[in-house]
Amino acid sequence: MHVPDGFLDAPTSLATGVVAVGGLALALRGARRELDDRTAPMAGLVATFVFAGQMMNFPVGAGTSGHLLGGAMAAVLAGPWTAVLCISTVLLVQALFMADGGITALGTNITLMALVGVAVGWLVFKGVRAVLPNRLGIVAPAAAFGALVSVPVAATVFTLLFAVGGTAPVATDKVFVAMVTWHTVIGIGEAIITFLVVASVVAVRPDLVYGARSALRARTLEIRDPAGAPTTPSQSGKTA
Amino acid sequence: MSTPTKGTTSTRKLFVVFLLAALLVAGVASYYASSHPDGLEFVAEKTGFIDSADDSPAASSPFADYSTKGVDDGRLSGGIAGVAGSLIVLGLAGGLFWVLRRREADSADAEQSTPSTSGG
Repeated sequence: MHVPDGFLDAPTSLATGVVAVGGLALALRGARRELDDRTAPMAGLVATFVFAGQMMNFPVGAGTSGHLLGGAMAAVLAGPWTAVLCISTVLLVQALFMADGGITALGTNITLMALVGVAVGWLVFKGVRAVLPNRLGIVAPAAAFGALVSVPVAATVFTLLFAVGGTAPVATDKVFVAMVTWHTVIGIGEAIITFLVVASVVAVRPDLVYGARSALRARTLEIRDPAGAPTTPSQSGKTA
Repeated sequence: MSTPTKGTTSTRKLFVVFLLAALLVAGVASYYASSHPDGLEFVAEKTGFIDSADDSPAASSPFADYSTKGVDDGRLSGGIAGVAGSLIVLGLAGGLFWVLRRREADSADAEQSTPSTSGG
């Protein structure tokens, strides 16, 4: 979804640049609380993995491909504020070194993939975790669902920006339908990759997964319940 | 059976595996990635705004378009660019996060032996 220079006019690019800078400033503050001696290297690796994953375009039919955006994955693994910085670093390196995504469009790309992608991925993840039991097994599916939703939402936000500041005279509804359709399909790929990666890390080291911490705490408490007493079933009302 | 210490993977081992996985994807597997236009590019072509794209000022970068300038072999060219990009991201993000992190000293005095999920 890397927007090149030229798609959006200068005022729109400037506006998204301001949004991006504001988001990054908040993220720099928020990430301090998420990072410590163990999670900081992990977060660096998450950013590296997202960069690598974004190179892996997968076909989605009709001569189109998609690739990981990584917002939901990074948020669940490293924490949402840290994830904003992870994805932004990836986008910066891509724009400066790989000519992937424009330079004046960097603010737009950070807004779409780092801010919207992470925020939607994380909030949907939190929403799913809130309605389902607080179990480790829920973490990866919830992350996948966040990933699935985040891609078409980012595509929708692009369409809004295009409607406001697109330089080519193309009907917004046409762009909207095409963007959301294709990015829903791409979102399925995003969900699968996110599920596999998050499930793998949760399986070996759930303590390093930011989004698994509350489930891990709940499990630890359960184990430390007074011995002998049969642990209360995870659901309270159990008599059919 | 494959895990020697009570089913816990050491932090170092996990980090090494994670890094190797990223480098393998960027350096080797990416050669097999689909070369079709991505979703946005495809939509821009279909609906007719692809021509409004300008060339990036970074187009002359040695790694532009994920290929390495002066390296003819496609596999090698893409692989070098992928690994180089990954290491740049690792350096930048890792450095930033290391600077931002909460210092252990801040809390270590209060609780000397902070548990790292003590086994089991």
